[in-house]
Amino acid sequence: MENNDVRFIQGNEVCAEAALYAGLGLFAGYPITPSTEIAEHLALRLPQEGGKFLQMEDEISSLCAVIGASLTGKKTLTATSGPGFSLMQEALGYAIMAEIPCVIVNVMRGGPSTGLPTHAGQGDVMQARWGTHGDHAMVALTASNHADIFRMTVEAFNIAETYRTPVILLLDEVVGHLREKIRIPEPGEISLVARLRTAVAHGVDYHPYLPREDGRLPMSDFGDVHRYNVTGLYHDMWGFPTEKPEIVYGLIRHLVDKIENYSEKMTRFRKYHTKDAETLFVSYGAAARSALHLVENRRKRGERIGLLELNTLWPFPADIVREAAAKVDFVLVVEMNIGQVMREVKLAVDNPDKVFLANRIDGQLITPTDIRNILRVIHGKGV
Amino acid sequence: MPVNDYIRKRFFPHMWCPGCGHGIVLNALLRAVEALGLDKQDIVMVSGIGCSARISGYVDFHSMHTLHGRALAFATGIKMSKPELNVIVPMGDGDALAIGGNHFIHASRRNIDMTAIVMNNRIYGMTGGQFSPLSGYGTMGTTVPYGNIDQAFNTVDLAVSSGATFVARTTAYHVGELEEFIKQAISHKGFSVLEVLSQCPTHFGRRNKAGDAVEMLEGYKKQTARIGSKKKQDNPELIERGIFVEKEQTEYCTEYESVISRAQGK
Repeated sequence: MENNDVRFIQGNEVCAEAALYAGLGLFAGYPITPSTEIAEHLALRLPQEGGKFLQMEDEISSLCAVIGASLTGKKTLTATSGPGFSLMQEALGYAIMAEIPCVIVNVMRGGPSTGLPTHAGQGDVMQARWGTHGDHAMVALTASNHADIFRMTVEAFNIAETYRTPVILLLDEVVGHLREKIRIPEPGEISLVARLRTAVAHGVDYHPYLPREDGRLPMSDFGDVHRYNVTGLYHDMWGFPTEKPEIVYGLIRHLVDKIENYSEKMTRFRKYHTKDAETLFVSYGAAARSALHLVENRRKRGERIGLLELNTLWPFPADIVREAAAKVDFVLVVEMNIGQVMREVKLAVDNPDKVFLANRIDGQLITPTDIRNILRVIHGKGV
Repeated sequence: MPVNDYIRKRFFPHMWCPGCGHGIVLNALLRAVEALGLDKQDIVMVSGIGCSARISGYVDFHSMHTLHGRALAFATGIKMSKPELNVIVPMGDGDALAIGGNHFIHASRRNIDMTAIVMNNRIYGMTGGQFSPLSGYGTMGTTVPYGNIDQAFNTVDLAVSSGATFVARTTAYHVGELEEFIKQAISHKGFSVLEVLSQCPTHFGRRNKAGDAVEMLEGYKKQTARIGSKKKQDNPELIERGIFVEKEQTEYCTEYESVISRAQGK
């Protein structure tokens, strides 16, 4: 089964190759550090596969084009970083409201504002969750190594198609620019979710916004036999604008519940040495690499340290965190922001007072030494 | 097929004010589509936000009502993905040239095969009568209570200099011309811009003492002249109507097909 397609490439290229593996049909984007290599790689590769690449005039139009193309039946992607991600928030809400599958990669850099374009940060976790206005659910995935970047990119497309929703992939400057070995999976090795299309026949009234019992909404491609309306306004089952309170209520509940009620199915994580751990690290992205390094080193000395690495950040896997933290003395959240995931971990665990933060917010990758120093403080040993 | 078959009767009556010019544009658009013999299945209408944008809900095409100013960006994704579709984008003046100005010039520059119909009523109607980038110096609106000091864009000049390969202007008064220009704009292979002066008696007319709908329509007759006409020669201050640019240039999606060929080494 295993092929020998082993490459030594950047994380951003892995993401681009994984998108092609998932069946990407169109990419639209705008150059921005540190995500640009995704666009560059797809400009080269997409037309080779018969796909389309668009460099738009800004990030606003990039996500809009991606959403439009998705309605024609294609799997679509855009990639950006902090400032561009800010510009995409309006269209992100549109994709949620109109229930249009697409994937948005945000290779995080230091913020706020133009911040640190070429340095590492993980400050967009909360923006991914709440950046677009209004109540909504959100799916955001992340990864710390090339195998997982590949896997989570494919997962992002699968979740987008299954739940008719935009999915955010939060990478960071370190994993995006890191070069390491990856074996590209064989076709079929990772299962792909194809778009669910309606079986309603030509001439029969098709309701694009009437969910089935399982909450899924079969789609019809623009250009196909069913002609319907798509809008960012609250809408009825035909997609036509309405202000009727019962329809408005039903739609916002549907939009939130179709994600929140299935959050377990979207939860991806890895556990390292957590079974007997007295101290639990919770981390993700580049920070998790340093956390894992420390865990493996300390384990050799008999220290009972474990790592829960999160690959799904939203919906936040609170149950998994609570369970993993139940028997530990300390939880140390390792991240490169002022504690965005730490807040969620504190909310999730039974005793929030045992949750601490090991972070760096100076644009530098948090090191195992940084984490160890915090650990010493927690254990009352001094730095 | 009667024109009636091109609308979604379920969603009428429409939400436009009495006397609004946008219904005239809708009517002419449907007649143009019928005259061209286009299949409803092959048409996608993409609109932004505003009074004009509501057109997309009333037509029995594939329709997408998007974000304020962003219709051309959504439409670009659709067209690029499925070039065989006819993409029509009705826009308002604020929608097309204020919040959507950047998308407007870049869609023009790419010469992607779409038809932008800019329904210019010189005001933000849906939000209640604020000045737009096409209101012009000295006009009145709720956000210019002492008179507007902003200069107006010339939509035609902007489209031409941005690279649109079909650029025309007419008014809601000149319905025959309107239908004809829409037909030509849709048939043109490349990015087409049609500016239609469309009256808003409720907000622009009332605040600028331009009269009711009938008087505003008569105004379009008096204040405009065909390009190169004697009327224009005698009255240089009149607004020109007609086709300003119509040229052949390789269309964007066609160009991309050759990119695919090069990438595949064909």
